[in-house]
Amino acid sequence: MNLLILPVLIPLAASIITLFARRSIALQRSVHVVSSLASLAVSVLLLGRVWSGGIQVLEVGSWPAPFGITFVADLLSALMVSVTAVVSVAVAVTSLGSIDAAREKFGYHGFILVMLAGVNGAFLTGDLFNLYVWFEVLLMASFVLMTLGNERGQLEGGMKYVTLNLMSSALFLAGVGLLYAATGSLNMAELASLVGRPEHSAIVPVVAMMFLVAFGIKAAIFPLFFWLPASYHTPPPVIAALFAGLLTKVGVYALLRVFTLLFHQEAWLTHTTIVVIAGLTMLTGVLGAAAQTDIRRILSFHIISQIGYMILGLGLFSPLAVAGSVFYIVHHIIVKTNLFLVGGVVERLHGTGSLKSLGGLYRSSPLLAGLFLIPALSLAGVPPLSGFWSKFILIKAGLDLEAMLVTGVALLVSLLTLFSMTKIWAEAFWKPLPEGAPVRRSLTTWERWTLLGPIAGLALITIAIGLGAEPVFAAASRAAEQLLDPQGYIQAVLGGRP
Amino acid sequence: MHLLLAILVGILYACGLYLMMRRSMLKLVIGLGLLGHAANLLIFTAGRVVPGAVPLIPEGMTTPSGPIADPVPQALILTAIVIGFGVQAFAILLVRRLAERTRTDDVRELTTTEQLETQTGTGKGAS
Repeated sequence: MNLLILPVLIPLAASIITLFARRSIALQRSVHVVSSLASLAVSVLLLGRVWSGGIQVLEVGSWPAPFGITFVADLLSALMVSVTAVVSVAVAVTSLGSIDAAREKFGYHGFILVMLAGVNGAFLTGDLFNLYVWFEVLLMASFVLMTLGNERGQLEGGMKYVTLNLMSSALFLAGVGLLYAATGSLNMAELASLVGRPEHSAIVPVVAMMFLVAFGIKAAIFPLFFWLPASYHTPPPVIAALFAGLLTKVGVYALLRVFTLLFHQEAWLTHTTIVVIAGLTMLTGVLGAAAQTDIRRILSFHIISQIGYMILGLGLFSPLAVAGSVFYIVHHIIVKTNLFLVGGVVERLHGTGSLKSLGGLYRSSPLLAGLFLIPALSLAGVPPLSGFWSKFILIKAGLDLEAMLVTGVALLVSLLTLFSMTKIWAEAFWKPLPEGAPVRRSLTTWERWTLLGPIAGLALITIAIGLGAEPVFAAASRAAEQLLDPQGYIQAVLGGRP
Repeated sequence: MHLLLAILVGILYACGLYLMMRRSMLKLVIGLGLLGHAANLLIFTAGRVVPGAVPLIPEGMTTPSGPIADPVPQALILTAIVIGFGVQAFAILLVRRLAERTRTDDVRELTTTEQLETQTGTGKGAS
């Protein structure tokens, strides 16, 4: 039972240790790597337990469910925590070879760990206000990581990032307050059984829309995404990789959670709205990427278009579609982090991510080129990689529901994604290095292992998900089943109590 | 009392949003602070203000007699105020750093991270 608290407790405790080890960078590094590995082990154990034993619940401080704060791990939460752990290991290893001494001195490792604790807390909590608190924990750490280093671009991007996220938090907080005032509960399971009552029918849609906007800002959906392409290319690549993989997905997770558990009474209104937003998000993201000529900026815009796919599944709201969403999130976190890590290596080699001054990487680093192709093709949805299956499931679900327009948009966006990826390939890897471009440096052995190792690892996972799609799909379907049947969640948290 | 508080919440939201739409970064941060206060006061008001009724259950009973002040909204607000304090301290410091760095208080000049390369000509700009 205590397993549930560990994905939060391990990074939090490790970050406290790094505070006491301010002088010793070596100790901070080892704490970072070891705690990430420990989190991975614990998350896989948790996933196994949820898989075999159903939804796990922890009542913090032994306060019974509707009164105290509960931690709940259903299959979606467990999957998210596990993927987070995988990515955090990759990032921990990469930071060994890529983060500069100044940032390490100012507590880089500690802040990463606090952020991971916040992310895991948000995935695992079963209490709405507690979700707000975890959001603030992860935001605060991400604010610091975004601006750590004080470069002008970082400060400017950070300002936009901070402003929009604080607005979103204020909106979320107000929504939580209104919901509590109406129903007298903050426990998500109890809320799920209360919001359907007719006396709340006036306030619940209002709160639903407030949450849609609040989480929408965090998830970077249309038209609330402007902070993302303005800020994600400014911090060091490894920080951007972690952000790209995880932070928007916490917003998507929150949307999935509240719009399956709480706000599904008037699905014709809320979920149709989500489908429309999903279509527009996909399109604007991919078109924005087409205009960019910097690797990380192209990838940032692609995050937005991919978020569209994830909430498309939520909007279509059939078991297959929600399973597609879950599959997509798992695939996306790994692939997107990996692409940002590749982008980081390219920037390290050439000192720039601008496609104009890049070239010849296929000849000079064939290994890197191969490692780029795997996540890039997966992102575009080329079979048999993981992206193909996630898109296939969503499009199949769209066709089953005869949502032709949005399915068409999804297919078109997929094609345009391939265009963007081939653009990076042709410009950075294939064409010869332009004259007058900055001189290429080479990687030391240490950098080679710490930078390319995690990329190779994540690429292997992408291939594994692609070739062994069956078990992942089974997990995603079961997660979707649990999401679409709130009774199971309510039963697990509140048990026999009314 | 409720009406007065409700109007106050509205005024706070209006002022906060107005300040956020100004071009000055400092006003932007003050506006964000006001939005946070408005949300806190909204929770306080929506949680029903019951003056002078302590939430204590008399001895020998399992439920309180008569209406009591709900302690939960106040606990929520307290948490939110503490978080808001920390976040605002960070935001103020960020604005200060940014003003030192860019020598401007105008948010419309903060565009270097969004320009396309064709516009700047130099690629990644300051970073």
